[in-house]
Amino acid sequence: MSAPNKSYDPVEVEALKPDAIERMRADALAAIAAAGDLEALTHVKTAHTGGGSPLALANREIGALPPQAKAEAGKRVGQARGAVNQALAARQVELEAERDARVLVEEAVDVTLPYDRRPAGARHPLTTLSDRIEDIFTAMGYEVAEGPEVEAEWFNFDALNFPPDHPARETQDTFFVEGPDGGSESGVVLRTHTSPVQIRALLQRELPVYVIAPGRVYRSDELDATHTPVFAQVELLAVDEGLTMADLKGTLDHMVVSLFGEGMTTRLRPNHFPFTEPSAEMDMLCYVCRGESVGNPDRPCRTCSSEGWIELGGCGVVNPRVLTACGVDPEKYSGFAFGFGIERMMMFRHNVEDMRDIVEGDVRFTLPFGMEI
Amino acid sequence: MRVPLSWLREYVDLPAGVTGRDVQAKLVSAGLEVETVEQLGAGLKGPLVVGRVLTIEELEGFKKPIRFCTVDVGDAGGTSQAGGSGGGTGEPQEIVCGARNFAVGDKVVVILPGGVLPGDFHISARKTYGHTSHGMICSARELGMGDDHDGIVVLPPGSETGADAIELLELVDEVLDIAVTPDRSYCLSLRGVAREAAIAYGVPLRDPALLDVPAHNGEGYPVRIADQDGCDRFTARTVTGLDPEAVSPIWLQRRLQKVGMRPISLTVDVTNYVMFELGQPLHAYDRSRINGPIGVRRAHPGEKLTTLDGAERILDPEDLVITDESGPIGLAGVMGGADTEIADGGSSDVVIEAAHFDPVAIARTSRRHKLGSEASRRFERGTDPLTTSAAAQRTVDLLVGLAGGTAEAGVTEIAAPTEPRVITMPADHPDRVAGTDYGRETVVRRLQEIGCDVLGSDELTVTVPSWRPDLSYPNDLAEEVIRLEGYENLPSTLPQPPAGRGLTESQLLRRRVGRALAGAGYIEALSYPFIGTEVFDQLGLDEDDERRRTVRLANPLDDTEPALRTTLLPGLLSTLRRNTGRGAHDLALFEIGLVFLPAAEQVRPPRLPVDRRPTDEEIAALQAALPDQPRHVGTVLAGARERPGWWGPGHPATWADAIEAARTVAREAGVELTVQAGRYAPFHPGRCAVLLAGEQVVGHAGELHPRVTKAFGVPERTCAMEINLDLVEASGGVRATGPRVSTFPVATQDVALVVDADVPAASVEAALRAGAGELLESARLFDIFTGPQIGEGRKSLAYALRFRAPDRTLTADEATAARDSAVASAARQTNATLRGA
Repeated sequence: MSAPNKSYDPVEVEALKPDAIERMRADALAAIAAAGDLEALTHVKTAHTGGGSPLALANREIGALPPQAKAEAGKRVGQARGAVNQALAARQVELEAERDARVLVEEAVDVTLPYDRRPAGARHPLTTLSDRIEDIFTAMGYEVAEGPEVEAEWFNFDALNFPPDHPARETQDTFFVEGPDGGSESGVVLRTHTSPVQIRALLQRELPVYVIAPGRVYRSDELDATHTPVFAQVELLAVDEGLTMADLKGTLDHMVVSLFGEGMTTRLRPNHFPFTEPSAEMDMLCYVCRGESVGNPDRPCRTCSSEGWIELGGCGVVNPRVLTACGVDPEKYSGFAFGFGIERMMMFRHNVEDMRDIVEGDVRFTLPFGMEI
Repeated sequence: MRVPLSWLREYVDLPAGVTGRDVQAKLVSAGLEVETVEQLGAGLKGPLVVGRVLTIEELEGFKKPIRFCTVDVGDAGGTSQAGGSGGGTGEPQEIVCGARNFAVGDKVVVILPGGVLPGDFHISARKTYGHTSHGMICSARELGMGDDHDGIVVLPPGSETGADAIELLELVDEVLDIAVTPDRSYCLSLRGVAREAAIAYGVPLRDPALLDVPAHNGEGYPVRIADQDGCDRFTARTVTGLDPEAVSPIWLQRRLQKVGMRPISLTVDVTNYVMFELGQPLHAYDRSRINGPIGVRRAHPGEKLTTLDGAERILDPEDLVITDESGPIGLAGVMGGADTEIADGGSSDVVIEAAHFDPVAIARTSRRHKLGSEASRRFERGTDPLTTSAAAQRTVDLLVGLAGGTAEAGVTEIAAPTEPRVITMPADHPDRVAGTDYGRETVVRRLQEIGCDVLGSDELTVTVPSWRPDLSYPNDLAEEVIRLEGYENLPSTLPQPPAGRGLTESQLLRRRVGRALAGAGYIEALSYPFIGTEVFDQLGLDEDDERRRTVRLANPLDDTEPALRTTLLPGLLSTLRRNTGRGAHDLALFEIGLVFLPAAEQVRPPRLPVDRRPTDEEIAALQAALPDQPRHVGTVLAGARERPGWWGPGHPATWADAIEAARTVAREAGVELTVQAGRYAPFHPGRCAVLLAGEQVVGHAGELHPRVTKAFGVPERTCAMEINLDLVEASGGVRATGPRVSTFPVATQDVALVVDADVPAASVEAALRAGAGELLESARLFDIFTGPQIGEGRKSLAYALRFRAPDRTLTADEATAARDSAVASAARQTNATLRGA
């Protein structure tokens, strides 16, 4: 590249002739259009706009023109360079878009690939169902009460109005803790229900008491499709002034609606438990057939054996003798209680057919229940 | 309690057409748990008639002896094969029979061609054993009368030949099976169930106990009651001159069969019959075999008695016994003695006992000797003390009527003075219990229906009937009213509890821990807490390991698992084994549950009263008798923690994952665990972490000892963790404070420190942190290197240190100074040297 030539004939500069400028411009635009990729475009850019490009050289020649010719030549060269730069930029955008599109296509993956890199976890459905039941009642103002699983007989039986030697005690299939002499007269048992928690709640808490007592309980039944010696129970206890059996019924109705949906209801049948008087067996409407299978052989219901009702558990008005044993004045206070097994609830709420599946801890059973139920 | 509908109708006029299912529904609504309604003789179809055996020809040459008989079936004979009931030609029928318990002249039950036996067994004339048999001679089982299949039914000689046996044997009936709850002892009788049925249908009851009974006259069989607490009422009657050959009539046998008793002999059958009818157990003694007065007392220590079942029993001084001069002749209210029982051929003179015994005494004796009977079942629930004389009278009447005996005029009737129980109750008490408005009139009427006498207006004075020992308190009466008015008619109201405080911190923590572990890929298992003590050997525990001290069960389900767990690991490991046995490989399990740690010395809790609140000291004494029951969290891991796949290689579950599970648990409680190397069974001695919260050991984690994985049959390199959640919770609970977040740039400095191979990384990091000062934001170990460059027995730990100031951009000099200080601290405390320095 040479320095500006100040000694040439200023009249005629070949490079600044209009057709020469026009050629340079056309050459540049053609090269830009012909650039197939960004690399080629870079070369084109250097060749047509760089310091040694014809238009740049032409621009440098303008200074040599007589003043009267400068303006026109300058305008002509400037317009050509502007057009080239504009075309370059446009082509640059165009080629970048093309490149981006190509790269993203090349980077595409099979998003249907399976991904079980880390095995999933789950809580046991008995835990989560218990949580859910607790949540129904804590939302109403109840609190969750708890107690030990190895329990004194006084809490498990005596205070609940099971007199010593009463046949009702034997119906409980109790596991007795071995005494120091090796016999069963230790006065300590594996709790047969969570009712001792009711006693503890009445002894520990200020009245009124509204508690729900979930927990593990024990009965000496062999494990089979419908029994397990270790099972989960939820009991409820409400002791306040003026509570009635109708309140019990309403509370049960509320629970089954919460667990199974609108339209559900419960039914009470007379029964006997030492710790309640009056006592009742509680059934809930079959949530599958809603009672429509009864007397309807065309639409049998497997869930309720076409009985229309499913037996849930026991309930009743707290026996005043239980209140007395806890130092609660039965003349002033009354209460109601109910209890049921969570396994059983789970079996029909989640269509589980065999108790053993619930207790054995097979991960294939537990996993689908996830975190909440 | 089994209740034949035909028998029930004797005392209650049930509406015509009422079925067993109808009665079931009514009784269920009234509170009797009618479990099933058995349809006797369902599908049975005649001709089924009484036949008289005319000839018997023994057929030889078959595998078993076969008889070819001719049987006179009266008018029923000679009907065509397709014939229905009735008019035949009167010809004897030829019948082949495989039974041998009958002779020529016996009356038997014959089903003729065209008849159908229960079980859809169609009878037709058919060729068998070389003869054509025109029907069949039936056994009790074939007729649906019972399980007796020893031979065919031989009827009493007086049965009329040709008579319809379906009617004669009352083969078609419905039987309600009722599970009687302990409070409704009176429903262990037809009389009691009939009373409920009568109330349910609003019809009168014909009370079979309403009999004229003679009073005590001093001439009856002598009875001496030495223990009035155990026996407050005793009726003795004597019947003489009974025909020892007399057998129970068909109707009586059939009723006993339907309630589930096996007919034995007339006298025994009659006492059983009356027990089912009236609910009063009776005992009949062969008078010729009792010596002197009958006595009732407690047994003497060491006394023995052979009961009717042939077992010799050593009596307890609490056992109530019936005696004669020779000593005990019966366990009162439970079972009679073998020496005075009615002889097989019957006894001509019998003494009838109808007594009332203390329920608790009978229950204890029954339990002590593991001997239950129909009698003890009734006595321990409470019988009607005022029924003894009527029951004795009913027994006497039946024996006289059926066996030709004579009732002796002498009557022994010993009764301690008793007053009927009286309950006072506000007339609106049932209303207040139920939460509805029955009104006084309904309350009084319902109480009268169950047999109460009711006086008073606002305050009722209720005298309860003698057969309802369960009615003692106003709520008992309220239940009677409410159940008879129908539980189904109770309103449904929702009480408003005061505002609650939600779950406790501890309950919330448990949920968080469960969610955190499940979120980390663990699956919850809930194991039974029963263990055998050999698991401690499998775990490799030392002989004096605290975990070997267990709470033991007196009556375990499985004798090989008599103890309660002191650690969650055996349960988790057997669940792991079950899963791997079923083909699972990559397993991570957790359990949250109680373990049971016995007190240093086992004490028996005090027997506290129930008529008042126990004192705080008494409650504390109960509590002290219970084992410590802390809540633990355990995890086990086997197989891959991360599976290999298209993304690359996997990562096996290691000791580090187990420790991380413990950290996950602790973090939910706001506790950062300190980890130290330790040795603790069942862990690998070189791969066991002691976990501390502050200074306190809260658990252990690591890889299991190879011997342990082998002993439990779980995969090699199984890892585990167990932590005491109660302890973790106790050391946490500090509310997190919000950190001040600096927005100034971070200065990063990496250091590689060479230390002896046995220096724990935790010590190096602690030293770095201590030396780095407040500018240190984090120190992260990103590489460990060993090799010849480092030297034998040395390792290089590479840390990324991040420094940041809360108020300014750090200069390079400041960051370097902090780093140098950290390195110097590590050098001082762990002999670390900067690699390459």
